[in-house]
Amino acid sequence: MPTAKEPTLTLNSGAVAATGTWQVHALAQGKAMNAITAMLKPLAGNSLKWDLSAIDSMDHIGAQVFWNAWGKARPADLQLAPGQEEFFNRLETTGKLELPQPRQQRLTIVMKLGFAMLLFFEHMAAFIRLIGQVTLDVGRFIRHPMRGPWKEISSNIFHAGFQALGITALVGFLIGVVLSYLSAQQLRAFGGDVYLVNLLGMSVIRELGPLLAAILVAGRSGSSITAQLGVMRVTEELDAMLVMGISHGFRLIMPKVLALAIAMPLLVIWTDTMALIGGMVSAKIELNLSPQYFIGKLPDAVPLANYLIGLGKGAVFGILIALVSCHFGLRIKPNTESLGRGTTTSVVTAITVVILADAVFAILFNGVGF
Amino acid sequence: MSEYDSSCGPGAGELTLDGSVPVVEITGLWTKYGRTVVHQDLNLEIEQGEIMSIVGGSGTGKTTLVRQMLGLERPARGCVRVFGEDISEIDSDQLQQLRNHWGMLFQQGALYSALTVFDNVAQPMRELRTLPEDLIRDAVLLKMNMVGLGPEHANKMPSDLSGGMVKRVALARALALEPKLLFLDEPTAGLDPDLSEAFVSLIQSLHRELGLTVVMVTHDLDTLFALSTRIAVLAEKHVIALGPLQEVLKVDHPFIKEFFLGDRGRRALEALDATEKPTPTEH
Repeated sequence: MPTAKEPTLTLNSGAVAATGTWQVHALAQGKAMNAITAMLKPLAGNSLKWDLSAIDSMDHIGAQVFWNAWGKARPADLQLAPGQEEFFNRLETTGKLELPQPRQQRLTIVMKLGFAMLLFFEHMAAFIRLIGQVTLDVGRFIRHPMRGPWKEISSNIFHAGFQALGITALVGFLIGVVLSYLSAQQLRAFGGDVYLVNLLGMSVIRELGPLLAAILVAGRSGSSITAQLGVMRVTEELDAMLVMGISHGFRLIMPKVLALAIAMPLLVIWTDTMALIGGMVSAKIELNLSPQYFIGKLPDAVPLANYLIGLGKGAVFGILIALVSCHFGLRIKPNTESLGRGTTTSVVTAITVVILADAVFAILFNGVGF
Repeated sequence: MSEYDSSCGPGAGELTLDGSVPVVEITGLWTKYGRTVVHQDLNLEIEQGEIMSIVGGSGTGKTTLVRQMLGLERPARGCVRVFGEDISEIDSDQLQQLRNHWGMLFQQGALYSALTVFDNVAQPMRELRTLPEDLIRDAVLLKMNMVGLGPEHANKMPSDLSGGMVKRVALARALALEPKLLFLDEPTAGLDPDLSEAFVSLIQSLHRELGLTVVMVTHDLDTLFALSTRIAVLAEKHVIALGPLQEVLKVDHPFIKEFFLGDRGRRALEALDATEKPTPTEH
């Protein structure tokens, strides 16, 4: 690699002589730049004799250092080595370059609120359009079921459902253990040990099972759907599909929505089972409640309606997760930052929407299944 | 790295920039992907100040060769020296210093999409961490001016730029640290003829002004003829021809016949003769 001599300046009774390598690498080394800036600062505005002919090599950045020190004009008394002329010629012919100020955003809080509201309405409108599109596509699918995207649906069920079995089982089981363990301690204080089945069965089947499965699926499949659609936008695959006359809605979105609508209730059953098994194990250890008793008591403790509500929730949550992730996936712009932001927003929104929907379910089915 | 066999001979001695040591020196290079051999005992020297074009059919490993010179890929066997330093043996500090002495223009530009045009060009300078911000501002605007971009483009994002502008910004970024060695991967691919002609003259003038050594991979015959001082033709895992255009044309090989003397090549050559451009001379 080329070795560089340190760039130096010497000031001698009204004459400045520069030596060394005035190239960006030499200038950037150590404290060279600080020393030079400190020396040049007091010289500004003085008319001095400049001798650059002893510099052994120079580049545009080195020349720019002098040029700035001279106040962007050639000093009257300047000595240059042959090769250096063109650097300063270029600086002279280029003239003054000003960086345009980026437009200041002067928005009051009210205006910001307005923009946020408009953005929210825009999202809502797009989301409603998406729901309409999916409804039309499902209608088309029902009319010609043989021409439907069966392969896409089955592969989506595999990815969103089958491959999520492990994680939902683990989380469900652990939550079951924790819930049962904590409730058992409280119930024992009242002597109501036998009500553990009611408590656990009701909370897991009606509430926790569907919610846990939905949150895991939103994190797992929601992010992957958004990222997949986003990358397809970046690589222009979405446009390629349109050009070939393949509708995004029919081939990409509807299969995902249907797949999650099918896979989610199944995952809810699976998560419920695992959580109850976890609770059962914990109850056996903590309260010495036998599994036979636990299973026998379950149908009495939890009316069937709760189970159906849980499954219904699963299907609705699945549809919502798929719709939200597709909505954000299609809005991603072709750059890396938008991809990252879109995926985060999608997952956060999907989880929030799921919990909102859960609250709606709680109100709608108030009094059912007790 | 058991497969790696460093067959670099003793170092070429103290490096100087007066051209006594080739800027890039490749000896006995082998590249393998699985069982496919891409380069077999390939040798190539690039002298200071020349514009070396690497041409060859697709799959002959042109881009791979450039990536090996940049240290992005490691050859299976053989030695790549850049500025006299063995790229695969060098320690990371030295490699970093070396990296500040070369610039690369990627085929798709590879601009950082999260940064503005200005910040993209300023990035290499800011990475040095010692240059004051006002100097960086002036230097960036000068670099942008050199590649024909006015300050009004400084605050744009890469996604708002056209293909030609992206290439210009990428070139400005590659030139940010005044490299001695510039790598160009398909510099004119995807540009319309007007733009690619402008790009060629831009590189010509920068080459004259900055005394760059340029290594270029290209398929575009017009660019190739207009810029190259020497041409290296890759085929059959070797460099089958190396030299100025006229010498390369004399080599009797089916690829050269097809590539340079096909219809397309003839047209480009005729155009070259018609405009009476000086035939590229060797440095």
